[in-house]
Amino acid sequence: MAGPTVKPPRVATGALLREFMVPVVSVAIAILISSVIILLAGFDPIAAFAAMLKGSFGGGRQIGETMLRATPLMFTGLAVAYGFRAGLFNIGAEGQLFMGGLSAAFLGIALAGMPRPLNIVLMIVAGAAIGAAWAFIPALLKAKVGAHEVITTMMFTFIGRYLVSWLVTGPLRADGQIPQTERLPVESTLPRMHEVLPFLAQSRAHLGFVVGVLLALFIWWVLKYTSLGYESRAVGFNPWASETGGISVPATTIKALCISGALAGLAGVTEVMGVHLRLFDQFSAGFGFTGIAVALLAKNNPIGVIAAAILFGALSAGAGTMQLEAEVPAKVIFIIQALIIFLVAAEQLARWVIRKGGRQEVEHAG
Amino acid sequence: MATPLIELREVTKRFPGVLANDRVSLSLHPGEIVALLGENGAGKSTLMNVVYGLLDADGGEILVDGSPMHIRSPRHAIDLGIGMVHQHFMLVPPLTVTENIVLGNEPTRAGAIDFRAAREAVREISRRYGLAVDPDAVVRDLPVGTQQRVEILKALYRGARVLILDEPTAVLTPQEVRELFAVVRSLVAEGLSVVFITHKLEEVMSVADRVVVMRDGRVVGETRPADTDTAGLARMMVGREVIFRVEKKPATCGDTVLEIDDLHVLDERKLEAVRGVSFSICAGEVVALAGVSGNGQTELVEALTGLRKVKSGSMRLKGTDITHAHARETIEAGLSHVPEDRHRRGLVLEFDLMENTILGDHRLKPFASHGVLDFRSIAEVTRRRIADYDVRTPSEKVKASALSGGNQQKLVLARELGRDPDLLVAAQPTRGLDVGAIEFVHNQILAERDRGKAVLLISLELEEVQTLADRILVIFEGRIVREFAAGEASDEELGYYMTGAGGDKLAETIEEVGADDGRTDG
Ligand SMILES: Nc1ncnc2c1ncn2[C@@H]1O[C@H](COP(=O)(O)OP(=O)(O)OP(=O)(O)O)[C@@H](O)[C@H]1O
Ligand SMILES: [Mg+2]
Repeated sequence: MAGPTVKPPRVATGALLREFMVPVVSVAIAILISSVIILLAGFDPIAAFAAMLKGSFGGGRQIGETMLRATPLMFTGLAVAYGFRAGLFNIGAEGQLFMGGLSAAFLGIALAGMPRPLNIVLMIVAGAAIGAAWAFIPALLKAKVGAHEVITTMMFTFIGRYLVSWLVTGPLRADGQIPQTERLPVESTLPRMHEVLPFLAQSRAHLGFVVGVLLALFIWWVLKYTSLGYESRAVGFNPWASETGGISVPATTIKALCISGALAGLAGVTEVMGVHLRLFDQFSAGFGFTGIAVALLAKNNPIGVIAAAILFGALSAGAGTMQLEAEVPAKVIFIIQALIIFLVAAEQLARWVIRKGGRQEVEHAG
Repeated sequence: MATPLIELREVTKRFPGVLANDRVSLSLHPGEIVALLGENGAGKSTLMNVVYGLLDADGGEILVDGSPMHIRSPRHAIDLGIGMVHQHFMLVPPLTVTENIVLGNEPTRAGAIDFRAAREAVREISRRYGLAVDPDAVVRDLPVGTQQRVEILKALYRGARVLILDEPTAVLTPQEVRELFAVVRSLVAEGLSVVFITHKLEEVMSVADRVVVMRDGRVVGETRPADTDTAGLARMMVGREVIFRVEKKPATCGDTVLEIDDLHVLDERKLEAVRGVSFSICAGEVVALAGVSGNGQTELVEALTGLRKVKSGSMRLKGTDITHAHARETIEAGLSHVPEDRHRRGLVLEFDLMENTILGDHRLKPFASHGVLDFRSIAEVTRRRIADYDVRTPSEKVKASALSGGNQQKLVLARELGRDPDLLVAAQPTRGLDVGAIEFVHNQILAERDRGKAVLLISLELEEVQTLADRILVIFEGRIVREFAAGEASDEELGYYMTGAGGDKLAETIEEVGADDGRTDG
């Protein structure tokens, strides 16, 4: 039963600003606590973060590296965020990502010799479709028998991962020492960003970043301005009222989880087409799972996902420099990431810091 | 006079664009029942939420036992002896009565919850204040009136000296209301004080010691029931003379709009809740379903509106078979539904007023074309409905959760009536509305009828049933046990059939009805 629960305010611009402040403050607190940890470990936190900034934004190559690492997180962050908006926790983005990668590695070879723009479009569409298909069975189970998506999408992640493991060691394995698929021909790859923006120097940043940003804007628009997005959000907020308003909760659940799966699939497609140019067992550094943190930090706002993905990308891009120049172990970055996640999850704490214990946002009780 | 238990001095509370409480001063003495009266959105709930520590005042001060206090949280309020029962209960449905009551304050022995002591404590308070309830019953299975008792017991268990009840009678049957009043009287006899928010003027007259009237966030008057009457109270609330009159012309029955034939519907527990109901409604007619809650009305409405599967039987709306239709198909067939629980089924509280206005029509023109929402026309329609239905809000962009309870209800009504349906299914349509708004809604419903629409009204309020209905069907244990034409039956007669006359409960019921009448009249 609905009672007075603490809810974020959404009315005044002041309130909106505060809403936006919560993630920012969470990040700030995380950096602060990490500084203390670095200090206690006997290093200089200022030097450490300076090195990190240098490694992530210090020049064209570094910025490119940040973009590169942000790209898959943008897709998986969007995937998880879209699910959350519809009240679904797609914890299995990793599995959908693997299937997207698999389809790209397979199609990229099959389409060898075809025009590059055609290949890019086909591979993106196919990867999204496979990602959606990989989410479809969990979605169906959720809609028809109520099986929880956290369990089912996770199971499908295992299936997807082991399927890829087997394929790259067996049927799809290219000649050579390492179990991996054949390298994609150039017409099946995404162009590097420096081809258009020379400023990005020799970084490996690729077109996937632009696709991700555009997609984030598009998803934002879909959620806010289309009947489809409206229904997803309605079901996420209140399935009973949605049902009463003629929205099919099962159908909306299936659509939303499939859209989420499609977005996650794209993370795999762009990693294969833009970075590795082939598929192997370890081609994803857990992007599907980091996507959950990205979505949380972004408060499930697609525009926020862009910013959150860039932040996580920068943390990962700067870790090496931090280790090299300030001699702080790169593992500290994991601590910062974990702290951010923890603080965003424990959002109340950040809220409390922003306005000491205010209690304005009481959902109406009478 | 002794020190008041609670005294408010110039309490002010602002929301973005709204001055909800404007320098409100109020005091509450031991052993007193104060009724808080005012139009929808006057600021009653806000004021009490401030007292209960749910909201922070922007100005003024609160004195408890004569000393200024900053009530930081509900927990703090409870420590100060202030308890509150919200209109929407906050119990945990799968837990037992005892578990709910002691939750957060469990007696322990050697680190474990001492359930025996807990049950004893619950028994003790329920005996002391005459709040009969089975301590081992599971809350989910209890009727609303009993759940409310559990809420009250919970406050008392925590040592409340002041009990705030926000629209406690809105969800109760007349019988349950009488029982509640008996409890309230026994509480004040024990020295507690009660603040009581309601829109029902007769209730104020019968139970309050003192009446405080609010309008637009301010206290505009104070009186005693002995010094006024319901018309006087209404005048104080609205600020002008109000004549409560609903013009009702005789019905002209046109084509059959709804036809229900031998309908059987199961409830959650797979028991038959609707057992062979048949009736029809014609164009230009209001048919009311009168009954004590829990006699199959909810299941009947859910089946009709496509929210629950039908076991057997058939339903036709303007010739279209809707027996197995989904909610969307019933909407498309011309049905509008005002659900009885606006928070659960009526509104998406996190959506703004525009988004709530289009719920159910969000795929149709003028709100959407080719799957894209047109917020310009959505805003236009929303603004028009806000104006037509006098929804008090700073703008159409606020979330539905920021509206007062009554204004939320008006928003639902505006949407469902605004759709221009052939059949309006209205369950408790005026729940939580102030007297002026009730009159308005009643006139709207009758206007729909006069325009040739069919209306199915489900209401616990006999007065509402009597005012609006052309035909009254009395439902008891899933069957229609009696049918009356408008004006044919007295409230007593309706009550008699509603409680199962003709069945084995007959004798018992007559006795009960008789006894209760004696109590209210006396
Ligand atoms: N959480 C909130 N955010 C913004 N405005 C609010 C909020 N709660 C209440 N208001 C506004 O404050 C005013 C007073 O609301 P309140 O709920 O106190 O009215 P009420 O007297 O209880 O009305 P009702 O009889 O309809 O329940 C209303 O205009 C309402 O829109
Ligand atoms: Mg209220």
